[in-house]
Amino acid sequence: MNVTALAVLLGVPLWALAADEPFIITLATRAAIFALAGVGLNLALGTGGLVSLGHAAFFGIGGYAMGILASHAQAFAPIMEAPFLIEGTKSMPMIWLVAMLSSALAALAIGALSLRTSGVYFIMITLAFGQMIYYFAISWPAYGGEDGLSIYVRNEFPGLNTLVPMQFFGVCFVILCLALLLMNAIHKSAFGLALSAARQNETRVLSVGMKPYNLRLVAFVISGAVTGLAGALFADLNRFVSPTMLSWQMSGEIIIFIIIGGVGRLFGPVIGAMIFILLEHTLGGLSEFWHVYLGALLLGIVLFAKGGVIGALAGREKAHD
Amino acid sequence: MTDVVLSTERLFKSFGALMATNDVSLDLRKGEIHALIGPNGAGKSTLIQQITGHLASDSGAVRLMGEDLTEVGPAERACKGLGRTFQISSLAMEHTVLQNAVLGALGQRGNVMSFFKPVMKDTQLLAAAKEALAQVGLAEFAATRTADLSHGQRRQLEVAVALTLRPKVFLMDEPMAGLGLEGAQQMIGLLTDLRREAPILLIEHDMDAVFALADRISVLVYGEVIATGTPEEIKVNPEIRRAYLGDEVLT
Repeated sequence: MNVTALAVLLGVPLWALAADEPFIITLATRAAIFALAGVGLNLALGTGGLVSLGHAAFFGIGGYAMGILASHAQAFAPIMEAPFLIEGTKSMPMIWLVAMLSSALAALAIGALSLRTSGVYFIMITLAFGQMIYYFAISWPAYGGEDGLSIYVRNEFPGLNTLVPMQFFGVCFVILCLALLLMNAIHKSAFGLALSAARQNETRVLSVGMKPYNLRLVAFVISGAVTGLAGALFADLNRFVSPTMLSWQMSGEIIIFIIIGGVGRLFGPVIGAMIFILLEHTLGGLSEFWHVYLGALLLGIVLFAKGGVIGALAGREKAHD
Repeated sequence: MTDVVLSTERLFKSFGALMATNDVSLDLRKGEIHALIGPNGAGKSTLIQQITGHLASDSGAVRLMGEDLTEVGPAERACKGLGRTFQISSLAMEHTVLQNAVLGALGQRGNVMSFFKPVMKDTQLLAAAKEALAQVGLAEFAATRTADLSHGQRRQLEVAVALTLRPKVFLMDEPMAGLGLEGAQQMIGLLTDLRREAPILLIEHDMDAVFALADRISVLVYGEVIATGTPEEIKVNPEIRRAYLGDEVLT
């Protein structure tokens, strides 16, 4: 099942390459990037039980990290000169690093405060932080404000021509696979065991001498960093970053990927993002109001298949992978 | 006394006008089972929570091996050697029995920030976890999902997890609760052996179990310890008879 999902995600653009349909490749790239964002959130939401309605903040911060670095590089204007010189860059690895570090830092700050609450309060406070950053981006004219920031040429990766759709898809696909490997390792690690135990029973974790708050904060930071990386890739795909990436609808969409695929499932967000893109593409062509059908699908899943698509297909006996 | 492992010194706790813990000084000595009995609402669970650090005391001190734990949080107290079982089973229900035991062993080791090594392949942790499961008689259920265990088995697992912590004392909040006759007998057998590992502060409603197990008994009424003594002394104490024990148990 998991292998099938990756095979489809890789197979579709390969077919599109042969059939000379570059737009399909772009769609697959979008799916891979959304999946990556979901894989990030899934550590907090699925394993840790932290329903964050503010993950667009990290997605957007990753996007703006790319936008700011690249816009300075294309204008040949350093970001700052004093006390030391920081220049823009067009190098993807460098941008990814900055995107992950800055979103991890934001996740540390937001998590440190939000994780003092739980349940509905946690949802609301992460939403509030997300909206703060959204309105900050809108009102910050230096980087486009409401209009966003356009980058003329996609950033560079050594040895590749990233403007060729298939090559950029390859980059995103490999990163997604690496993130899945990382999450798989974390899930099976001592940290993963403790984090998931903290979701199930906080007192149990406390009484064996562990602090749930610390576990959750670390999970939130890793989660934010991965979603931030997805944001940098998304901005690079569109060569454009705007406050929309920071909006709460974006946070909701990332949660939707996970719910469609299966909460807490390693490949849940991959399958969820693929279905989302498929619906967006096919139904979106029929009607502007395709979200109605998405809503119906979500309702169906929440009511009848709580384990999402994977849960429904894998059956109950393999309740947790 | 040098063989005191755990002691409370003049603990107080009130909720509004209700005195839940009123000047409680207790000690738990090496190798003993010290039972804490008292009617419902006497403040037994409150006292346990004050000892584990889940509730802050208004005043007084809790000492483990002479060290004052008053300013120490619940997670650190567990690390320092307070092994606890709960009145209502408190386990990670989706995990397997073995995973719950490994979680305890992991807590005992202390380093949980390990992200890449598969924890269920760690031979050291597995050995500790399996040993504890064998000790409580759950070895054959290692791969069972905890939610699928019977009530009695969950109580046994609670004890196993506490065992993996290699605690200096056990704090057990009604380990017999809800067990059938056979289950209770099994648990009594288990606790009898356990006191050699570490002394047990036992809260229990089952008087047969208390008189079978306890070396000393303290009686808590309205948050106050009205008597401490051997089971024989407690049996004949007229005040306790009146306050708490039915005649039925004593004959």
